[in-house]
Amino acid sequence: MATVGLEASSQARPLWLLAELTYRCPLQCPYCSNPVEMAKYKNELSTDDWIRVMQQGRKMGATQLGFSGGEPLVRRDLEDLITEARRLGYYTNLITSGVGMDESRILAFKEAGLDHIQISFQASNEELNNYIGKSKSFQHKYEMARLVKKYEYPMVLNIVLHRKNIEQIRDILDMTVDLDADYVELASTQYYGWSRVNIDQLLPTKEQLKKAELVAREYQEKMKGKMKVIYVIPDYFENRPKKCMNGWGNIFLTIAPDGSALPCHAAGQLPGLEFPNVVDHDLEWIWDESPDFNKFRGTSWMKEPCKSCDEKHKDLGGCRCQAYMLTGDATNADPVCDKSEFHTKLHDDVERIGKLAGDEKFESKPLIFRNMKNSKNFTDKKTPETV
Amino acid sequence: MSIELKNETILEIVPTFRVQWEEVQNCYVVLYPEGMVKLSQSAGEIMKRIDGEKSVIDIIDDISNAFDGADVKEDVMKFLEVVYGNGWIRSK
Repeated sequence: MATVGLEASSQARPLWLLAELTYRCPLQCPYCSNPVEMAKYKNELSTDDWIRVMQQGRKMGATQLGFSGGEPLVRRDLEDLITEARRLGYYTNLITSGVGMDESRILAFKEAGLDHIQISFQASNEELNNYIGKSKSFQHKYEMARLVKKYEYPMVLNIVLHRKNIEQIRDILDMTVDLDADYVELASTQYYGWSRVNIDQLLPTKEQLKKAELVAREYQEKMKGKMKVIYVIPDYFENRPKKCMNGWGNIFLTIAPDGSALPCHAAGQLPGLEFPNVVDHDLEWIWDESPDFNKFRGTSWMKEPCKSCDEKHKDLGGCRCQAYMLTGDATNADPVCDKSEFHTKLHDDVERIGKLAGDEKFESKPLIFRNMKNSKNFTDKKTPETV
Repeated sequence: MSIELKNETILEIVPTFRVQWEEVQNCYVVLYPEGMVKLSQSAGEIMKRIDGEKSVIDIIDDISNAFDGADVKEDVMKFLEVVYGNGWIRSK
């Protein structure tokens, strides 16, 4: 019996609905997974729009609902949305930085039926945490995490690992133990969203990742039965890609703040998508019929080397966004695969970054933070740089 | 994390998990942060009876009665130990 993850059903169904309520956020993490061109998204769905989407998703069998962003706490109708989601039978997840939360709101969420709260930390010490998020949030986050446990929510703590914090992984895990987390998600920066912009300064070295993995394993063992440590190993040192999102249009359905439906929260950057909007179409049409959700579904879209590959059903060609960002063509194999002609280029790039790592002058270069001003600067730039 | 489940142990679902019937999937599921496990029919029959009131033997008898007096004790015990180990249930 599977004990982790969301099981895939034989027929593709949107079991996981991610509601990105807003791109507004009090934090400015330079590895944010929101699109770099988020400034393009002007409108936000209304409360009624979201309720309609939730109803349609539930009818199609969705069980997990994530309230995310940006910072979902910015939305003043969050309590209403949670109430309705819970009434519909969703397992409701709030994915938050904790900024904008207080005890009365935690209590209100409880009354609304919220099932779980995930809080992000940027680091285990105040100075680095506040630097990365560009916000004096560390003490507040700590307090909120304590309250989340006080009100008996299952609590996930999420920490994105990168070169500036990965060597403190032991302190980070000690912090999560101290906060009595039920789950800890440690995911390393990869070539997506804002982290792509800052990749030279964020990408951990191979040695750092290896060391971090050992520490994560140690805590997995030590905390067995009390705290589940999920350490997501980045794939760019591997020779085969991951089955990204469990397959395009297979389980995950993301709704961006303006109502655009996407098979993955990073897919907004891919060219040639039409972004069907929940204001114009119902979810069933979007999921079953829309060109976007069928574009990379299954294996028929593939070209070589994927097309004739006997492992194509295993990884489904890997990540479309990574393929696009690193090769300029989303229909290419994920360059993590050593059958890809871009594979050596990816490894060369990782090696190039590895050589920059540790150089004091380079490491002190300012990061490009995630905010609307910086986003506007990127909005016109259409062609991504290839490695 | 194996334990000796006694006949009189009263069981409840750990509050961080939720068990519910899913019409579209046509099965019971266990829900937890960002995840779901679909239950087989027999697993669903057991999990839906765990309510913080019934004891292990109550659950066994109840299922046995529902299935024409079948001898289910060993299977139920085995399943309960597994899900106890998963952290889905606890003794009350």
